[in-house]
Amino acid sequence: MSQQTLDLYEVFIRARRGLDHKHVGSLHAEDPEQALEYARDVYTRRSEGVSIWVVRSAAISASQEDDSASFFDPSDDKPYRHATYYKLPQAVDSM
Amino acid sequence: MDNREAHVADSQAETLRAATVSYAVRLGDDALVLGHRLSEWCSRGPFLEEDLALQNVALDYLGRARMYYSYAAELEGQGRTEDDFAYRRDARQFSNLLIHELPRGDFAFTMVRQLLVDVFNTLWLEQMQRSADQTLAGVAAKGIKETRYHLRRSHEWALRLGDGTPESQQRMQQAVADLWGYTHEMFEMDTLEQSLVAAGIAVDPRPLRAPWLQQVTSILTQATLSVPQDGWAVRGGRSGYHTENLGHLLMELQSVHRAYPGVSW
Amino acid sequence: MTDGLSPEDNFMRKIEAGEKIEPKDWMPEAYRKNLIRQISQHAHSEVIGMQPEGNWITRAPSLRRKAVLLSKVQDEGGHGLYLYSATETLGISREELISALQDGSAKYASIFNYPSQTWADVGAIGWLVDGAAIVNQVSLQRTSYGPYARAMIRICKEESFHQRQGYEIMLVLAQGSPEQHAMAQDALNRFYWPSLMMFGPHDAESAHSARSMQWKIKRETNDDLRQKFVDQTAQQIEVLGLEHPDKDLRWNEARGHYDFGALDWDEFYNVINGNGYANRQRIEHHVQAHEEGAWVRAAMQAYRDKQRVRQQTTTQVAA
Repeated sequence: MSQQTLDLYEVFIRARRGLDHKHVGSLHAEDPEQALEYARDVYTRRSEGVSIWVVRSAAISASQEDDSASFFDPSDDKPYRHATYYKLPQAVDSM
Repeated sequence: MDNREAHVADSQAETLRAATVSYAVRLGDDALVLGHRLSEWCSRGPFLEEDLALQNVALDYLGRARMYYSYAAELEGQGRTEDDFAYRRDARQFSNLLIHELPRGDFAFTMVRQLLVDVFNTLWLEQMQRSADQTLAGVAAKGIKETRYHLRRSHEWALRLGDGTPESQQRMQQAVADLWGYTHEMFEMDTLEQSLVAAGIAVDPRPLRAPWLQQVTSILTQATLSVPQDGWAVRGGRSGYHTENLGHLLMELQSVHRAYPGVSW
Repeated sequence: MTDGLSPEDNFMRKIEAGEKIEPKDWMPEAYRKNLIRQISQHAHSEVIGMQPEGNWITRAPSLRRKAVLLSKVQDEGGHGLYLYSATETLGISREELISALQDGSAKYASIFNYPSQTWADVGAIGWLVDGAAIVNQVSLQRTSYGPYARAMIRICKEESFHQRQGYEIMLVLAQGSPEQHAMAQDALNRFYWPSLMMFGPHDAESAHSARSMQWKIKRETNDDLRQKFVDQTAQQIEVLGLEHPDKDLRWNEARGHYDFGALDWDEFYNVINGNGYANRQRIEHHVQAHEEGAWVRAAMQAYRDKQRVRQQTTTQVAA
């Protein structure tokens, strides 16, 4: 009986309240409930988290990183979206 | 209060203290022996994720054993340590419930045992949190959180394996049948516990049988398993009368410690 | 900026610029295969490595040692899982990886074919075997494949306690009764040389080394890593008050390193080729656990299938 029949899940953990959930790895489980439990047992043995998300790996649609030119380069020419673009007098520069 | 009354009060306190030591030791024995059985699964689980999860449960029990033994040692005040209780007593001095010492068996046996014990422990620890003994109440408060998680696991495994394949159902049903006679002992009370129940330190386990049976029946039924008749019962763990399994378990557990007496590790 | 570059050139540009390669990136087939070989071998080593120490969990001589050892061996399993997870991003399944381990086509660290014969071996393994592994893993935190590098960072963070607990066991034994001291010395004598061999053959003789270095899968050579380990271990042995197993060990002022004795590579290959004390036992143990778990995995699948049918039926009824 193969392990392949168990779905692969990606695991995301929020380390502390106020932080984003961060991808930590994956595991195999029969259903989301069990995936959550194993994520707790496998990825938080040292109290690494206060919240866990699991999602079936197959359910993730990912951008192709080699397509990143068309996906992300267009925003490279919009420096005005960044705070450092604007030169203000020193007295008010902490804005 | 005259001298005589003071003396009687002292001696009652002394009796209660000694009883609490014995009580903590038997609870430590329960936790150590079951934790040991679970630790035998290390590197033998049905798949890696479950192997790790089982060891978390084993570690919870081992941690609990250490808290009970350390408390017994402290309360006794004779310079003994947690290790003296675990490593320097023979089988007849161990007072764990028999269900904990049975060999790990297959995964069905292990999970059914966990289920039966976990349901009991949630009910029992729930009440122990209100023990008049602050330390025992504290251990229970920590233990109940662990045990609720253990039960969540054993409950789900009962459903998967009971309602899985014909083979898994048959293995589960067999395990229920093989374990059932060892569950009665959990709900019995001896004179030691009686005295501690009266003092508000221990929990009277007898009334826990009805809610336990109701919960276990509901889970087993949901898992398409039948609940056995109460035909047989083995008892004696609390008074040191054990199955043959405990001797072997202790021989292994204590082998290194006993081979080099009096040294540090 | 990647315009006009072939996939190969773009890949090498990233490697040379020190950028990580991520799962969806184009990569040469040989790079992918090389990674699968190395990461899965690493994963298998963690999992098989549970056995020699697991052998002492039920006999650990104090409750504290028992809890530490149990959580340590559990960690090894966890590390195996992180690494299987990293390998699976390369498009190979856990099942295929496990089959390769069980049929012998994938390797694991040969050190685990040595038997753990006494309690002191648990100390020596934690200190020396994990110590050698950490030297290697610290270096691999900078490996070029993203998921592998991230798994290494996670593993290194957790491993530091492994080596310390092993050393602590040795320290207590070395300072204990004469029998304990002898037990510690014996374990050191048996595990020292095999630990040095964990870094693999000399660079000149290492089959995969050159290309792995070029692709930045490996970041430091076998011999450099081995030297680091020899250097750090020398003082640790001295602090224990044990005799160093290498009679040729000398500080070389000019090199700023220790010179050390020749390794017995015949023994290394002898053990790798199946003549170790535990080669067969390790794989048989793994196969047995896997086979005993087959009915459990089958039941899980059957239960899940039933649940899905039930959900569909409910949905249809509701509709």
